[in-house]
Amino acid sequence: MSDAPPTVLVDDLVVRFGELEAVGGVSFAVARGEVFGLLGPNGAGKTTTIRVLTTLLPPSDGRALVAGYDVRAEPLSVRASIGYIPQAISVDGALTASENLDFYGRVTGVPRRERRERVDEVVATMGLEPMLDRLARTLSGGMLRRLEIATALLNRPEVLFLDEPTVGLDPTARRLVWDRLEALREQAGTTILVTTHLMEEAERYCDRLGVIDAGRLVEQGEPAELIERHEADSLEEVFTAVTGHILGAGGNEEEQQEGKLSDVRAQRRTARRLG
Amino acid sequence: MSAHSAAPPAGSARARPPALAAGPLVRMAEGTLAMAQAELRKLRHDHLDIVTRSVQPLLWLFIFGTALRNNKALSLGTGDYRAYLAPGVMAQAAMFIAIFYGLSVIWERDVGQLQRLLATPLSRSSIVLGKAAGACTRALVQALLLLVVLAAAGIGVRWSVAGVLGTLVLLVLGTASFACMSMLLASVVKERERFMGIGQLIMMPLFFASSALYPLALMPAWLHVIARINPLTYEVQGLRQMLVGVGGSGEVWLDFLVVAGFFAAMLAAATRSYPKAIL
Repeated sequence: MSDAPPTVLVDDLVVRFGELEAVGGVSFAVARGEVFGLLGPNGAGKTTTIRVLTTLLPPSDGRALVAGYDVRAEPLSVRASIGYIPQAISVDGALTASENLDFYGRVTGVPRRERRERVDEVVATMGLEPMLDRLARTLSGGMLRRLEIATALLNRPEVLFLDEPTVGLDPTARRLVWDRLEALREQAGTTILVTTHLMEEAERYCDRLGVIDAGRLVEQGEPAELIERHEADSLEEVFTAVTGHILGAGGNEEEQQEGKLSDVRAQRRTARRLG
Repeated sequence: MSAHSAAPPAGSARARPPALAAGPLVRMAEGTLAMAQAELRKLRHDHLDIVTRSVQPLLWLFIFGTALRNNKALSLGTGDYRAYLAPGVMAQAAMFIAIFYGLSVIWERDVGQLQRLLATPLSRSSIVLGKAAGACTRALVQALLLLVVLAAAGIGVRWSVAGVLGTLVLLVLGTASFACMSMLLASVVKERERFMGIGQLIMMPLFFASSALYPLALMPAWLHVIARINPLTYEVQGLRQMLVGVGGSGEVWLDFLVVAGFFAAMLAAATRSYPKAIL
């Protein structure tokens, strides 16, 4: 990594919900233009970490900077510097693709005189031309995700947060989404922080990975480096080596409950909406 | 890599992002208008929605109202109970939209739209105001349709530009208040099924313990007291005074003041509770 300050810095982050410690002292940094993946099972603390970085949740302890702004002290500046795609489908199905773009352009503070140009730019980047006049609820899963990502790019974010962006998509749609994200990173140098529990995606598309389990970051590094360090054949083996269990069986007991109930329900709902 | 070594100082002196170049009031107005316009666009895509929503107030007016049309005690000098009833029905239909607007907040949380909005530079109050503006947009379209029906049916409304404009402004204030109350409720209840039950539990007493259907003078003392602290009473009184010239205390400013105060309180409470809706 260069000497430039990281675009995302998480320093000993702790998030507690009453007695439950959902994130327990996580630290990592993401350089500008990097694709950083948080890898872990449902309930591991990935979404909670992203929620802190997007200012949706206040940290209980520790510090987090996004685009140079402190999430606790300067939440508005953080929100003005990021794009965020939650796991569930967040565009409005009752509006057309074009109307969704206009809406998010307005609520993310894109100046009126630049709005048309920005919309044209993200439409080209995400390949949305043929679907602009269609109601979002009539779009396929891959198209919906590309539309969502487009709406998150209108304010030219320094950091794009994607929470399980390909959940519910078929392999072709997944590849298309990732191709567009790669192009975005190359063209605009956007930093991307993504959560996933899919090893193959993590290995293929992320520059670096953080393995998170039961609220703790147990390993981080480049995918190839991690495989070599643990003398493993795959990331799956790395995961098992650093957590002591296979992906899908991790998390503390209450977090697993969270994963079993709300997270899984959300994943299923998303998958259903994505067709 | 050590996270600590590369850390810039907390609260760094970076310039504000370009998205915050406009002042907070401009951003609030833009966000509120964007949400209101989104509701109008949804209505444009789904004409049937506004038609089906308009059925209930028309049933009240033309079935309930017609049945009691010649009841002098109820019509308070209008000579036609339907004229007396029309402002009450208008307010009730708007309140119905507003109260159940909280359901959309729960739905938006479930599908991720709320998280998206809360991660934009819009302030919490802008989001609440924007959502309330969405409810008001639907209520206004419905009220305009009702006014057209009243005119077509020749029901005795005192038509004046000031009266109609005043009616729409008071209706917007009342609808926004109940929409904020609904968002407050949604941030506590969180489940759609439970919200439906509680919404009914709140809406029906508000409606029946107000002057929407009958004059306050006909109520027993205990109900009169409840109606007097019910904000819907003041909304209906103001609407009735401006549309048909009877039924209120004659002091429309007081009705506006009470409804505006209720709106300010509900907006403040909803803004405070709204982020909790995502937890």
